[in-house]
Amino acid sequence: MSLDAFKNRNIGSQNYVPVNIENYPTSGWDKFKQVVKRGVGKELFVGLWVVLREMLKFKIHTVQYPSEVLPIGPRYRAVHKLLRLLESGNERCIGCGLCEKICVADCIRMDTRVDENSRKEVVEYSINLGRCIFCGYCAEVCPELAIVHGSRYENVSEQRAHFVLKDDMLTPIDFLKQQKEFSGFGALSPNADQLVKKTPLAY
Amino acid sequence: MSEIKLTIDGKEIIANDGETILRIARANDIFIPAICYLERCSPTLACRLCLVEADGKQVYSCNAKAKDGMKVLTTTPNIKEERKAIMEVYDVNHPLECGVCDQSGECELQNYTLLEEVNNQRYSIKDTHKPVKNWGFIQYDPALCIVCEKCVTVCKDMIGDSALKTVPRDSEALDKNYKDTMPKDAYAMWNKLNKSLIGTSSGSTLDCTNCGECTSVCPVGALISKDFKYKSNAWELDKVPSTCAHCSVGCQIYYETKHTDISNSEQKIYRVSNESHFTTLCGAGRYGYDFQNNSSTGKDKSALKRAVEAVKNAGTIIFNSQITNEEAFILQKLKNKLGLKLVNNEAYKYAEFFKTYSHVVGKSLYSADLDYIRSCDFIISVGSALKTDSPNSRFAVNNAIKINKGASLYFHPVGDPVMESIKGVLQIKSKPYSEEQILSYILKRFGKNLPDNISKYLLNIDFSDVNFPDNFEATLDGMLKKKSRFGLIIGADLYSSPQAHNLAELVGLIEIYSDFKILLIPSDTNTLGVIKICQLDKSGNGKRIGYNEKADFTISAFGDGDFSVPALNQQEGTFLNIDKRVVPLNVALKFDGFELNDIANEILDEVHENTIDYTVELFNKIEFDKLSNEFSNSGEDLRGYVVNSSNIEKRDVTFHLAQSEKNRIQGKAIYLANPVLQFNKFTAKAHQLQEKGGLYVSPEYAKELSVVDGNNVLVATKNGSLKVSIIIDNKISGNLAILPTFDSNIDSRKLFDGYRFIEAKINKV
Repeated sequence: MSLDAFKNRNIGSQNYVPVNIENYPTSGWDKFKQVVKRGVGKELFVGLWVVLREMLKFKIHTVQYPSEVLPIGPRYRAVHKLLRLLESGNERCIGCGLCEKICVADCIRMDTRVDENSRKEVVEYSINLGRCIFCGYCAEVCPELAIVHGSRYENVSEQRAHFVLKDDMLTPIDFLKQQKEFSGFGALSPNADQLVKKTPLAY
Repeated sequence: MSEIKLTIDGKEIIANDGETILRIARANDIFIPAICYLERCSPTLACRLCLVEADGKQVYSCNAKAKDGMKVLTTTPNIKEERKAIMEVYDVNHPLECGVCDQSGECELQNYTLLEEVNNQRYSIKDTHKPVKNWGFIQYDPALCIVCEKCVTVCKDMIGDSALKTVPRDSEALDKNYKDTMPKDAYAMWNKLNKSLIGTSSGSTLDCTNCGECTSVCPVGALISKDFKYKSNAWELDKVPSTCAHCSVGCQIYYETKHTDISNSEQKIYRVSNESHFTTLCGAGRYGYDFQNNSSTGKDKSALKRAVEAVKNAGTIIFNSQITNEEAFILQKLKNKLGLKLVNNEAYKYAEFFKTYSHVVGKSLYSADLDYIRSCDFIISVGSALKTDSPNSRFAVNNAIKINKGASLYFHPVGDPVMESIKGVLQIKSKPYSEEQILSYILKRFGKNLPDNISKYLLNIDFSDVNFPDNFEATLDGMLKKKSRFGLIIGADLYSSPQAHNLAELVGLIEIYSDFKILLIPSDTNTLGVIKICQLDKSGNGKRIGYNEKADFTISAFGDGDFSVPALNQQEGTFLNIDKRVVPLNVALKFDGFELNDIANEILDEVHENTIDYTVELFNKIEFDKLSNEFSNSGEDLRGYVVNSSNIEKRDVTFHLAQSEKNRIQGKAIYLANPVLQFNKFTAKAHQLQEKGGLYVSPEYAKELSVVDGNNVLVATKNGSLKVSIIIDNKISGNLAILPTFDSNIDSRKLFDGYRFIEAKINKV
């Protein structure tokens, strides 16, 4: 099986399960009861009052999304990214498998092999976003700051279970300059240098 | 052995005299750290972590024998300081590549570094450049090596190849100040470590029988399997405890399985591992694991129907002994129900030999096992190319020689440079058909209180075919000095010999009239189980069903037959192994088709859901699920259960001891055996062991025939001829060529009469 099956986002004619919603009132008497309950109850006027009050203040709070996007905190855990080394452009991921091990939802898998330079190469890396609970453990455990959480929280997709493959997450090599260092969970603390114990060297 | 009492960390312990402190502690659940210690091998004394205080004196517990009334402390402040310093030394210049290292956390360096609470580094030395070495199946990364010398020890004391040794490291000398400032043992350890690395004993590449045991014992990721490198982390793999399916030793192994890759969730075996303290694997067991049957098309009812019809209409079932006890039992039940003939030539010969032998001694099973062989100090092997027929029997012989300062006689027509290189083994290249003379000699030399008719007979025997070396009697006298435990290993050459009946009687007589205990190596994986369960027929008639053998209707685990059944790594079941132990197999890989049991369910009057429902009807009547597959801390084998020998009717020796017909083979002979790493079609199917068979000749024989690797030759015997290519094998010597059975393209058996030797002409084409 090739990975094409995962990359095909055309949902076609899949069997969706309808959500069970309570039936609308059908008889006249039931409809009348619903109208009275909603109309005479206090909540109608609460809403009207809030709108009137805010209108009179002439202050508009609405963020003009999507043309305006609020900045997001570095610790926000959105869809993952795989980073590259800034100097060389090499992939940071060494394939140690700690993210795979720590993942509580068991949604990370990777394939590794020996490459031509007899280094460990990560051939494929996938996160099943249908299972991912965005706990951030993978980013926290990563010794190379390779797998991190990005800021992309707009997940428009036909299916949550769409896998994120290595190509989707890895910083494209021509966008290397735009790659931002991750400062969320798992990133080095500002005083990291002071915490390191130096190993004596005989050179 | 007398018992002694000692206390370790305040715990009162009763132990056997002569045991080391470390073994006693481990057997009693007391932890003493040790990296270089290997059970069943001699202490290496490289790591010095097992330092303990015995009666106020510091000793190495792997080496120090316990004494009666001894008081042992496993830690004192001083020892703690030593151990911490030792671990710091091991960590000096150790590459920080734990993230990609193949040991992936199953690392004793990591474990002990954490255990000894090493949190900074006080020592340093200039590092040297140490490139990675590729040694066939194995890769050695000297940068990761901590020179515990376990690999050297296991190769010498257990395997017998002695292919590894320590070589100079060419490092700078240690800083002189360390001598006064460092803990004493840590400094001594470092001083030795700083001078050595692991290297090959001869040449630049590893010349050995590729058992891979060195990779198994390596406590760090320095010696690894090249095929497995960087494929998976150890923790991702499920360990399925099972039994190796390739020879009669039935070693305990773990199949390590995981999903194939991201897009394929089918389980796949990534490697085989073993408990290296208690079991030792050969290369076939370690690398020949993926022989599963992939050809299943699910539960195909029509195929099952065809198979059932074929069995019902058949007159004979032909099978081999790479089969579980349960399958053999089902075959026997089919025989009882349908009146079929069960034909298994190899097991039939073993059964006949076994029957004759056991009626002479009056016991239902032979007397020795491999544990006994390991405890011997004088071992004779007759009629088995030990290195390839039963690698673990060779390990046992070597282990006994090394640990018990033993000696051994190895009688075989095919020269074996590996056996020859073991100090203490005298290899005697006897002629084919000389087995009777050899056994007679053993009986004559070691027999006590022999009855008159036997000793009179032995007087007249001429031992000229044995090819005793000069001054043999004197050499033997030297070898026998201070020897007290004797083992005799009998191999498959004898079972197939035309004089098998006489040979079996002679073996029985040796058991009765001498100190030797006998081990009859079962000639195939589960031959012993098959002969205890099935009533075999000499020949068959009617339509033939083949179970893993080619016939009119072939039921096969190779995927090339008319009906597919699971291979031995895809099914549950048991073997009766060389140690007379019923050992369990487990499912490492799924097989979703039908199996023999499904055919039996359609035919027999009883219906069993699983094949292992039959286990409870076999031997000691114990259910499959109650069989354990493990070793205790002290190395006690807890796998399955041992079938006990019972007394049977003792018959007199018929004793028509005819002299071997002399010089049956006038010219050159060939021998039916497999090369190192191969046993059968299953091993040949494994991806790491795939190779083409040929005619295996020793380098000197190749010169004599004036052939080189790859030349085609015509091998002709009186039964036919075969065109094969020459393979020069430096693991044999002398001028006897070997034809293998593992390659299905070489129908080698048709050239032979049954006996493993036959006269042959080899001509270059």
